[in-house]
Amino acid sequence: MTEDQQKIVDFIAGKNKTKFYFNDFLAVFPDRGPREVKKVLTAMVQEEIMEFWSSGSTTLYGLKGSGKQGQAEGEA
Amino acid sequence: MPKHPTPKLDELESGPWPSFVSDIKQEAVNRIENPNKVEHQIPADCPEDLLGVLELSYNDGETHWKHGGIVGVFGYGGGVIGRYCDQPEQFPSVAQFHTLRVNQPSAKYYDTKYLRAVCDLWERRGSGLTNMHGSTGDIVLLGTQTPQLEEIFFELTHDLDSDLGGSGSNLRTPECCLGPSRCEFACFDTQDICHDLTLSYQDELHRPAFPYKFKFKFDGCPNGCVAAIARADFSLIGTWKDDIKMDHSAVAAYVGGEFAPNAGAHSGRNWGKFDIQKEVVERCPTGCMSWDGSKLRINNRECTRCMHCINAMPRALRIGSERGASIFVGAKAPVLDGAQMGSLLLPFVEVTPPYTEVKDIIEKIWDWWMSEGKNRERLGETIRRLSFQRLLDVTGIKPQAAHVQEPRHNPYMFFKEDEVPGGFERDLEAHRKRHKR
Repeated sequence: MTEDQQKIVDFIAGKNKTKFYFNDFLAVFPDRGPREVKKVLTAMVQEEIMEFWSSGSTTLYGLKGSGKQGQAEGEA
Repeated sequence: MPKHPTPKLDELESGPWPSFVSDIKQEAVNRIENPNKVEHQIPADCPEDLLGVLELSYNDGETHWKHGGIVGVFGYGGGVIGRYCDQPEQFPSVAQFHTLRVNQPSAKYYDTKYLRAVCDLWERRGSGLTNMHGSTGDIVLLGTQTPQLEEIFFELTHDLDSDLGGSGSNLRTPECCLGPSRCEFACFDTQDICHDLTLSYQDELHRPAFPYKFKFKFDGCPNGCVAAIARADFSLIGTWKDDIKMDHSAVAAYVGGEFAPNAGAHSGRNWGKFDIQKEVVERCPTGCMSWDGSKLRINNRECTRCMHCINAMPRALRIGSERGASIFVGAKAPVLDGAQMGSLLLPFVEVTPPYTEVKDIIEKIWDWWMSEGKNRERLGETIRRLSFQRLLDVTGIKPQAAHVQEPRHNPYMFFKEDEVPGGFERDLEAHRKRHKR
C-alpha cells in the first residue's frame, strides 16, 4: 500500500462511518486538486482495497466489505 | 393461471392506452412457455413476481423496493443500480432485481441485428424486460441478479461493442438529437460531438468523483428535441450568427396556399387559410418581422432564433450559414421539485472537431464544481449559491449583456479592485462602523 493509500485508510479508520463522499477525501490531501485525489482512489478500487457504493443517484466510497450493505445484501 | 392475483394492476389495462402491465404479462407468458428454448440464467418467473410486488405496493401504498448497494462491474462506479425486494420470501424471483444502463448509440440509431442481440442477451441473463429508453437516453435493462453482472458486461463489451452508461455521481450518458443526419435545422454535428465527448470523458463516466450527477445534452437547433436547456447541467444548443436565409418566392407560395405551413404538421384539421401576419409575424417574440402584403422582412439584429418562423415556413426560411452553438449551464429536472432551466454562459461557440474550446470550458467548470460543490449539489445549485459571477471567473468568460436576463433585477454592481482602472482603496473598518453586519 502506498503512503497516499495508507492516509486514506487511516482517515477512514478515524471516522465513525463506513461510506464516504468523494469530497470527504479532499480534506486528506489539502494541497492537491480533486483529479489527483481521484487517481489515488481509483487505484485503490482497482487494487480492491476500496469499493463503490451507489444509491443509483449518488456514489460513495468505502473499504471493501465494510459496512452493513456488504453483509445485509449477501454481497460481501 | 397467474402466480399472483393482480386485480389492481388488471385495471390499469382497461384504458385505451398501451399498458406496461400487459407488456410484463406478455413476457411472463413468453418466459414460461419458452418457445425459443432460452437457457434462462435467472428465474423464469421473475416477471410474475414483479407483478406481485407491484400489486402489493398498490395495496400497501408504499414501495417494497430497496435501491442501491455495492453491485457493479469491476472498476466501474456506475451503470448498475442495485435493486432488492424487501419481501424476498414472498417474491423470491425478484429478491435481486438490478437495473443496468447501457450507453445508447448517438441519436439512437440501431440496426435490427443489434436490437435482437440485446434482447436475446437480456432474455437469457436478465428478466427480458427493458425500457427503451430511460429519461437520460440509455437503454435500460430491468432486472437481473448479482452473479450475472460481469457476464453481461463481458458480452456487452466483447460481442455487442457496447458499454455501460452512467449512474451515481458520474458524468451521465451524453445524449443528442438526430442532428444533420436527418434534420436541416442542425447547426452542428450533434452525433459527432456526443460520441467524441463520450470517448474523451470515459473516466468521468465510469469512475465517480463529482458531487452529484452531471449531464451533457446536445441540441442541434433551438427547437431542442432533447430538451437540453431544461435537463442538462451542460447544454450545447445550435444557433447561427448571420441572417436567416429567405426565399421570397417560397414565402409567396405559403401565402398563396401552395405549400402547407409547418410542413403539413397540423393538416389533420381545417384551420382555414394560412395567415402569415397572424401565424408568423405576430407570433415573433421580438417583433422583428413585418409583412406588407407582398414582402416579408426580418430585422435579424433583433432575432433571438426562436425557430417559430422557420418551423412555420421551412421551405421559405432557413437557418444562417455561420453556425455554431450557445452554451447553457445549470439546468436540472428532478422528479420531485427544484426544476431549473439552463443559464446562458456563452452565446456563440464554434463546434468543430476536436472541440477544444468546448472541452476547455467543460473542464474548467468541473474543476470548480468538484472543489467547491457540496455533496448532492447539482451544478445549477452551486452557481446559485456561489453566484454566476464566480462561474464567469473560473471559466474566464467576460460578462456581457447576454448574461443579463432582465435589467435592474439587482441594481447593485460589485467590482473588484483589479477590475477598475487605477483600482481603489476601501476602509472596511470604517465601513463596518457605519454599516453593522
